[in-house]
Amino acid sequence: MKLQGLNSRGNVEQVMKEVKSQAGKTTGPGKQGGLNAEIQSRIGHQLRAMYDDVVRQGVPERFAELIRKLDVPKPEPQVGNAGDPEDGRS
Amino acid sequence: MPLTDSLRDDILASVPSLRAFAISLSGNGDRADDLVQETLLRALANIDSFQPGSNLPAWLFTILRNLFRSDYRKRRREVEDADGSYAKTLKTQPAQNAHLEFEEFRAALDKLPQDQREALILVGASGFSYEDAAAICGCAVGTIKSRVNRARSKLSALLYVEGAEDFGPDETVRAVIGGSGG
Repeated sequence: MKLQGLNSRGNVEQVMKEVKSQAGKTTGPGKQGGLNAEIQSRIGHQLRAMYDDVVRQGVPERFAELIRKLDVPKPEPQVGNAGDPEDGRS
Repeated sequence: MPLTDSLRDDILASVPSLRAFAISLSGNGDRADDLVQETLLRALANIDSFQPGSNLPAWLFTILRNLFRSDYRKRRREVEDADGSYAKTLKTQPAQNAHLEFEEFRAALDKLPQDQREALILVGASGFSYEDAAAICGCAVGTIKSRVNRARSKLSALLYVEGAEDFGPDETVRAVIGGSGG
């Protein structure tokens, strides 16, 4: 997968404004297929805007430090019983 | 495989999308970061079971997704984003109208069944292939496709067709359902 870092997508505000203004121009019923495609495209934009807004925040120091500290593998780590990563399909 | 420098860098590079996934799933910024933290701890503790050359992000997403689901079963949605804690995690607060629109979208996303929501996020936002998403969710590729389609239809209905009562008759909804006849 590609990690979506800093990219050209607008922030939530911009995307939402676009979505809104596009919606205002929608002519209404009568072209069901086209309308549906338009709605799906809007939903896709909103979903990615929401997601990418978090992606763009980068790595909080808390996690960078955590990963640095756990640099040296521990001999016998204690792992709980939920969400075993070896068997990803509970 | 052992925790090499490059593997550690790769894990670090996955953190932003792990957080985005966690927040999209849970709708709660604090809870999402706890999920990410637990995911990282488990990943690092079990790093020996990671197969070199396999898909690291998919492996990490699988851990997070399973953690979320076991947590979810316990909590049964008792913690909602009632106080808008998700919005607080945003660095840039959207302007009023856009913010409302965003909250509507968030609310609609939360109404989806969990299976559909996670499938839609993995494919539509995280950028995983249907195959990877199926591996992460432990189901067939066809199942993922159908969940994504159902999620899209339902969001479309909630936001743009039947959502008038839930979300208020704003311009968007009027434009879509009412046309020019008003």
